[in-house]
Amino acid sequence: MRVRKALMGCASIALAVTTLTACGGDDGDGSSNGNEGGGILNQERITIGVRFDQPGLGLDTGGDAPEGFDIEIARIIIEGLGIPEENVTWRETVSANREPFLQNGTVDIVVATYTINEERASVIDFAGPYYVAGQDLLVPVDSDIQGPDDLTSEHIVCSVNGSTPAERIQTDYPDVQLQLFDTYSQCVEQLAAGAVHAVTTDDIILAGYASQEQYAGQFRVVGQPFSEEPYGIGIAEEDTEGCRRINEILAEAIESGAYEEAWNATLGASGTPAPSIEPPDGSWCD
Amino acid sequence: MEVFEESRNLQLYIDGFLMILRLTVTSAVLSLVLGTVLATMRVSPIPVLRGFGTAWVNIFRNTPLTLVIIFCSSGLFLNLSISPVNIFNALPGFIGDALSLIGLPTDPQNLIARNFWLGVTGLSAYTSAFVCEAIRAGINTVPVGQAEAARALGLTFLQTLWIVVLPQAGRAVIAPLGSILIALCKNSTIAGVIGVTEAAFAMRTLLNANGDHVLAIFLVFAGTFAAVLIPVGYLFDWLARRLAVKR
Repeated sequence: MRVRKALMGCASIALAVTTLTACGGDDGDGSSNGNEGGGILNQERITIGVRFDQPGLGLDTGGDAPEGFDIEIARIIIEGLGIPEENVTWRETVSANREPFLQNGTVDIVVATYTINEERASVIDFAGPYYVAGQDLLVPVDSDIQGPDDLTSEHIVCSVNGSTPAERIQTDYPDVQLQLFDTYSQCVEQLAAGAVHAVTTDDIILAGYASQEQYAGQFRVVGQPFSEEPYGIGIAEEDTEGCRRINEILAEAIESGAYEEAWNATLGASGTPAPSIEPPDGSWCD
Repeated sequence: MEVFEESRNLQLYIDGFLMILRLTVTSAVLSLVLGTVLATMRVSPIPVLRGFGTAWVNIFRNTPLTLVIIFCSSGLFLNLSISPVNIFNALPGFIGDALSLIGLPTDPQNLIARNFWLGVTGLSAYTSAFVCEAIRAGINTVPVGQAEAARALGLTFLQTLWIVVLPQAGRAVIAPLGSILIALCKNSTIAGVIGVTEAAFAMRTLLNANGDHVLAIFLVFAGTFAAVLIPVGYLFDWLARRLAVKR
């Protein structure tokens, strides 16, 4: 079935122009989940989509599993589902492929700094939120930028192409010059060299970069978040039961202190204490 | 297709391809000039110039363009503080004004201009190596009697080359120059890695924001390149036939 679908995909590339409308007219039905048995509750193995390139959240260090807060959250979930870790496949997901991977069953769940929003929720479901980040600025320690309102047309702010933070700067601070790259590491490199004045994205991600060894003591996170980015766990739209179960597991983890432990083992190193978070209400599962 | 019905997304698409056009035209002009100068050096009787031309071609022809472009940003700009757009501070003002009129960013304070000229520098340095080799091949098609006759008339080396040999050589290599131009147009998408907002960059913006329409977005961008470049190919074939020196 899958093979046939892939073949049809190739055929439609060959027929490029004629099939354009057919391919483009995606009404979000999401195709059938590639997994047999349906839903994560009935599975013995699980594939989890995570970041491989985000220090402190999900970073592939060459070991058996990536490291970071998202990974610890994923571990809490698979423990709650009763799936042993040797049955877990960690799969790298990036911004552009998270929804497609969930829709076509390449991954079962996504724990990858995945901001919950209406547009995404119309094609997949979210468990959580398990963390509420806020957009912030990373600046050199001696910078006089105290918050987003200090930014003028003289300032160059760096962010990642196509990201929510970049879009917000464009709409809310249109005077600021925005330098866009494909990764935050490029932005941080430019910040270190003085070619840009600030890097902007979620505070939690900035803290991860600021705490990297090679930049120790060079940068500070301004600490004036100007948005709310609830991070959720992405799951296929059909799997409402799995989504609800993950919420239960998260609520238990918040109660038992496992959540706080996960924080302290990873992002706690940046000096920020574990955030207090409400158990998820399940409103993004339907 | 619904992605492109949103005016903001459509604007991204249009701006992306306009940037490709600017990068291509600017780099094409610069690399044609630079490539001709390099070809002149490579056939000149002065060993130092020949060595310089050979070194330039071998370095840029054998280095991946991505590395050349990243070097322009990380090496030239970040480490050596050389920003090509600053040349407009030194040039007479009317040149910058004229270039702004045809839509090129020339304000040295401007981020877009900074990235644009860094990209153009990399593209031109790279493409000029290929232009140089095409023209040198063209020079070999000109019968040696032409140069001998010119020298017999008392023309100097440069006069022989520029008045007699290069005009004939150029007409012999229209088709390969067309291929180089098409390659340059596609290569200009690589300027996106240093933050120039060209078409492939706009495509990644749209892909990140519309993860559920990946195939449609990809096909529209690829299709636009093909739709523009296929006629360019035929145009150059036609020009090559029309302008070829009949011997």
